[in-house]
Amino acid sequence: MSSSTTHTSTIGAIGAPSRRNTELALLVFAVVIPLFAYMNVGLAISGELPPGMLGYGLGLGLLAGVAHLVVRKFAPYADPLLLPLATLLNGLGLVVIWRLDQSEKLQQRPNFSEAAPNQLLYSAVGIALFVGVLLLLKDHRVLQRYTYISMVAAIGLLLLPLVPGLGMNVFGARIWIRVGGFSIQPGEFAKIVIAIFFAGYLMVKRDALALASRRFMGLYLPRGRDLGPILVVWAMSILILVFETDLGTSLLFFGMFVVMLYVATERTSWIVFGLLMSGVGAVGVASFEPHVQQRVDAWLDPFNSDVIAQNSDQIAQSLMAFGSGGTLGSGLGQGHSDLIGFAANSDFILATYGEELGLAGVMAVLLIYGLIVERGVRTALAARDPFGKLLAVGLSGAFAIQVFVVAGGVMGLIPLTGMTMPFIAYGGSSVIANWALVGILLRISDTARRPAPSPAPNPDAEMTQVVRP
Amino acid sequence: MSELTLTVMRLGFLAVLWLFVIVAVQVIRSDLFGTRVTQRGSRREGGRQQAARQQQQTAPPPQRQQSGGRQRRGAPTKLVVSEGTLTGTTVALQGQTITLGRAHDSTIVLDDDYASSRHARIYPDRDGQWIVEDLGSTNGTYLDRTRLTTPTPVPLGAPIRIGKTVIELRK
Repeated sequence: MSSSTTHTSTIGAIGAPSRRNTELALLVFAVVIPLFAYMNVGLAISGELPPGMLGYGLGLGLLAGVAHLVVRKFAPYADPLLLPLATLLNGLGLVVIWRLDQSEKLQQRPNFSEAAPNQLLYSAVGIALFVGVLLLLKDHRVLQRYTYISMVAAIGLLLLPLVPGLGMNVFGARIWIRVGGFSIQPGEFAKIVIAIFFAGYLMVKRDALALASRRFMGLYLPRGRDLGPILVVWAMSILILVFETDLGTSLLFFGMFVVMLYVATERTSWIVFGLLMSGVGAVGVASFEPHVQQRVDAWLDPFNSDVIAQNSDQIAQSLMAFGSGGTLGSGLGQGHSDLIGFAANSDFILATYGEELGLAGVMAVLLIYGLIVERGVRTALAARDPFGKLLAVGLSGAFAIQVFVVAGGVMGLIPLTGMTMPFIAYGGSSVIANWALVGILLRISDTARRPAPSPAPNPDAEMTQVVRP
Repeated sequence: MSELTLTVMRLGFLAVLWLFVIVAVQVIRSDLFGTRVTQRGSRREGGRQQAARQQQQTAPPPQRQQSGGRQRRGAPTKLVVSEGTLTGTTVALQGQTITLGRAHDSTIVLDDDYASSRHARIYPDRDGQWIVEDLGSTNGTYLDRTRLTTPTPVPLGAPIRIGKTVIELRK
């Protein structure tokens, strides 16, 4: 396959391999690694194999196995890497959450409860949703019909936390709702729904947005009225920032729109506009919103004693954790990232990886995220319909932005925002929504990689006679 | 647990994690690319390839005089887009009809203002000779310099021009 002209992609081989066996092998690998990590933590903390090892391994293996069988049956040509990569992250997340459960320091906190069993349950629900997506969504193009319904649904989901009595204000950010004992982060689901809307909308409007423009200093400047959509989305993300005081969600939605706009129109100017607008918006809101202002202060000078007294020492502790991890880390179960305290196993979970696996481990984890995004973009390239292309780009873009925003916040690159690392952080909404996201990507990639049916013999070809004038 | 064991496990775990990443990347490498999908390189990449291709073309051109019964030996195995936005795209020739045009269901979807939606097709006749046929396009299909009026056999390496796109059959 690779012998022909390199660097060019080939349209070729009818009967492309489905690669399900590759997926199975990688999946086994992806279940074994977390088991090894689990053993590692147990041996380091108590000197013996952890008790639930068999159950945990069977649980994760069972989930992965079910997912694999469903993919084999219902999406046989889907990408072979997405499922193992997601499973590995999910499994590693479970181990590290369990490891933080063992921390005596965290156990002494009020409201402590074991998080790992819950997370395993959420993972099961996530896989169930993943299976549901593959079973019910036979063709991703169906989603195109729901373009404007998705818009309404996404706005609804985003506004839910503001509804009095339903929304909860957790540590300054209103991004949670409480329904019957469960707290849900609707933004995580809105991410998927809004990608559907953006894809459907941009597919129809992209020609107007791409072609009607003037050239100025090497950039295509769009006409004033074509700026409408980006302004509306920008205004919405600013409103999210003001009323929910959540920079992460706001950045996620605006960033996603800019990425999809760029991909749909191939105009670099949108990126420039997007960066300018988000910069102006973030600075503007930070200047009057105290909660956002605090986050910025903590970002600029995390070790300032005033900052630590006013907010918390979370960022300082997180930076110390990364630093003390060094290159190779202290070893699983032997770090002190529990000093982060609140949210050590959700927003700040990457700090534990940084300390216990070191730079080498964090790079590997980030590369695994990168590979997921790469597979998503690859799916977009391979997809034959513009809606599928845009949807795949939007979903993988959202995933990438989320990873960037959280990892950047925890490492002190950008102000911290209350978002979760997909798959590895503790949080039901996040795990469930991201499994659904992977499900949709697999569905698109199955359609894209499915070999086209061999062309029907054209009866006209035999009979056509050309009559010369 | 002895310090040594823990150190070995710590490094072992990192090694296993990286092994997974490397295996995953290997899978990606071997996954290039099994489907019937038109892929375009980025424009810059396309230009580079074009330059490389032009170098190739300065090498002696493939024999064009072969005809008739000896087709089998010199039969082309792939179709290459050598100019236009799709530069660098190749399609393996396996006896299937290749349709060219702006229509989305074409084998090669031309993103070219001068192309009609069903512009031309390339197909093998009974002897395995590849034929190009204009499907009544507005701006015509050119083989070398001549505008096609009838289905015409395509010699190896002869440029088929549709708008700004040039296609060749290669071995």
